[in-house]
Amino acid sequence: MSFLPVILWSDVLIWLLVVAAIGLGVLSSRSPPLRAAWQRVGRSRPGMAAATVLIAFVLVGLLDSIHFRPRLESRENGDVGQQPLAYAIEVLSLLDAVAAPLRTRNEKTYSEPLATRAYAKESIDVRDADGVMRQSRDFPRLKHGGAHLGDNEVQRNADVGRRVLVAVALGGVLWGSMALGCAYWLARREACLVRKVWRGLWRGHTDFAWNAVLAALGVLMLLTMVLLALCVDYHVFGTDKVGQDVFYQVLKSVRTALVIGLVTTLVMLPLSILLGILAGYFRGWVDDLIQYLYTTLSSIPGVLLIAAAVLMMQVVIDTHPQWFATAAERADLRLLALCFILGVTSWTGLCRLLRGESLKLRELEYIQAAQAFGVSDLRIILRHILPNLMHIVIIALVMDFSSLVLAEAVLSYVGIGVDPTMISFGTMINNARMELAREPMVWWSLAAAFVFMFTLVLAANMLADAVRDAFDPRLAGAA
Amino acid sequence: MLAYLLRRLIYAIPILIGVNLITFALFFVVNTPDDMARMQLGVKRVTPEAIAKWKAERGYDKPLLINAQAEGAGVLTDTILFTKSARMFVGDFGRAEDGRDIAREITSRMGPSLAIALPTFILGLFVTISFALLLAFFRATPLDFWGVVLCVAMMSVSGLFYIIGGQYLISKLWRLVPISGFSGGLDAWKFLLLPVLIGVISGIGTSARWYRTIFLEEIGKDYVRTARAKGLSELTVLFRHVLRNAMIPILTGVVVVIPLLFMGSLLTESFFGIPGLGSYTIDAINAQDFAVVRAMVFIGSVLYIVGLILTDISYTFVDPRIRFE
Repeated sequence: MSFLPVILWSDVLIWLLVVAAIGLGVLSSRSPPLRAAWQRVGRSRPGMAAATVLIAFVLVGLLDSIHFRPRLESRENGDVGQQPLAYAIEVLSLLDAVAAPLRTRNEKTYSEPLATRAYAKESIDVRDADGVMRQSRDFPRLKHGGAHLGDNEVQRNADVGRRVLVAVALGGVLWGSMALGCAYWLARREACLVRKVWRGLWRGHTDFAWNAVLAALGVLMLLTMVLLALCVDYHVFGTDKVGQDVFYQVLKSVRTALVIGLVTTLVMLPLSILLGILAGYFRGWVDDLIQYLYTTLSSIPGVLLIAAAVLMMQVVIDTHPQWFATAAERADLRLLALCFILGVTSWTGLCRLLRGESLKLRELEYIQAAQAFGVSDLRIILRHILPNLMHIVIIALVMDFSSLVLAEAVLSYVGIGVDPTMISFGTMINNARMELAREPMVWWSLAAAFVFMFTLVLAANMLADAVRDAFDPRLAGAA
Repeated sequence: MLAYLLRRLIYAIPILIGVNLITFALFFVVNTPDDMARMQLGVKRVTPEAIAKWKAERGYDKPLLINAQAEGAGVLTDTILFTKSARMFVGDFGRAEDGRDIAREITSRMGPSLAIALPTFILGLFVTISFALLLAFFRATPLDFWGVVLCVAMMSVSGLFYIIGGQYLISKLWRLVPISGFSGGLDAWKFLLLPVLIGVISGIGTSARWYRTIFLEEIGKDYVRTARAKGLSELTVLFRHVLRNAMIPILTGVVVVIPLLFMGSLLTESFFGIPGLGSYTIDAINAQDFAVVRAMVFIGSVLYIVGLILTDISYTFVDPRIRFE
């Protein structure tokens, strides 16, 4: 085998979440009220456009969640059998393999987006007209950025323009065929004319917001094509202090943000659902105990509790270096510990909501009837209470995601976030912040992190709104 | 009223004991003082003597819960739980890594924190409520729609970008006020202007949208219809009836944070170099100064509980129906 699969803990949890999401989908399709609510989400145009963008982010994140260690090339090709198989210490993901050109083509230091020359002047040897080597101070040529142009650097703008045009054309054709395919499929399903379906689709006559999905898909496709066409030979978003491509960093940050936003809820949900229902259903001393627990926890300001817990985790990790085989494993475990800490500190809000709702539910006639029939408590909770709390849980899930992604950036800035070696939006902003004072300013790292993070959080917020409108019984009745 | 307050204060005691035990568990049980010493002194080449000295200097060389060697009350008092955790109840927070008294440091840093936090809070509340009222007045018009869109967009921007962007635009590009720093007295205004402005702007998105929902909920109620039927103008209805009734849910979220203003804002203070409690906390986190973080956790929860009690009191002012008997 030319590679050794590596399964990081966060990978396991991410794929577990994918399975859980599919499970939730199957469960929702069987329960009529949930199915109706999801259909209402599907009708919301901003919600569906946001969902399309989010799926694109999730795909990048999933691609980045399959890890392996490539085998080292043995020096003598003949006798592989005698040498023990050696694998690189570096853990790569599928995304790293796909984006190998981005990952490996490092410059010396900063360079502007699409630049062919470095950002700072250096002493370089120049052969002048007489053929004598002479030293001069100039902006050195980049090793990789625009290397295919050779000496014709002046043609850069023309080259970039040509690439953008080709990419836009290609993206347009691809998108058009996809939209047409979608219309054909709809027409076949509903057994009517393609033209009629096509017109109805764009006027929003469909039950599902196809026009929003297609529009979002179109924008995404054009942008991806342009970025793809440019990133092959240029540094689209420039390079950072150590010469790494900023576009690559942005792609890697997506996974970190997703892990923080999604795995944390995996920790939070069981705690808040279990304790919330127990407190609301059994009341009495159970309720007192659980209320005491969450009042105590929530009375500590969140950042400080997280700071205290993360500091302690750092001590544990630093005093036990023998636990981790590779640096990636250490960073990964630290990320998970951060998720765990965030989850333990943020379950109280949802728990309080669920407790209040369970208190209300247990007084309803059908539950009292069930109790009178002698149905066991466990069965009542599973059959009657839990399904009626699902809408609160789903709303809380999507609402928390964006705030968690934003929190990661702040925590990393404060120094209690992810491992400094792990690429995330927080570490990117933190590294770029110091360079704003330079003249001319190094703005591209910050701008790239801003645009991608803003898009991710905005999409999450928009989807959260759509989901809340669809699932909240008070709002759904009004709409 | 007094009896109610007393009862609330008594309820607060078990919560504070709980907070104290949580911090104790986090700082002394998850990691022993030996681990902390090794961390502070550098992991490699640490002699047991150096660790013992480090612990003795800071008073960490005692047993955790029960001191079997001590006599009399010393069995319980000559322990880490008592000297390091229980002493916080009387305001004794011990010394920071640099040898300074934490309690004195905290009192001297409260001023600058409040100088930033208080104007931000009051101005922010005024601006967001006005903006939300404006959106509620023009409900179901394009102005309302785009206002909500703006709110959602502003919610999606990380607080870091507000600060970085504001510093860049106003201080670096336009050179209106200094980028960072602080001074006492009346000169402080030019250092305070930018952080307060940024604090207000970064808070608009989330709060204004939330207040708008509250206003709209009130506008749909029957008493508003009655007020309109009486012939009151829409503005009078909004200010005299809707705003007053909407104050109850707004106060729930707002009064709790007033005592926490003393703690300052971590981000703002560290970006603008303001010597308040927020930057104190950040410096302590970066220097891994456990004693300071422990003290701040405790103070933070005390202030939060004070905030909860204040919230209850404020209800009696805005809602005459509520009486604490």
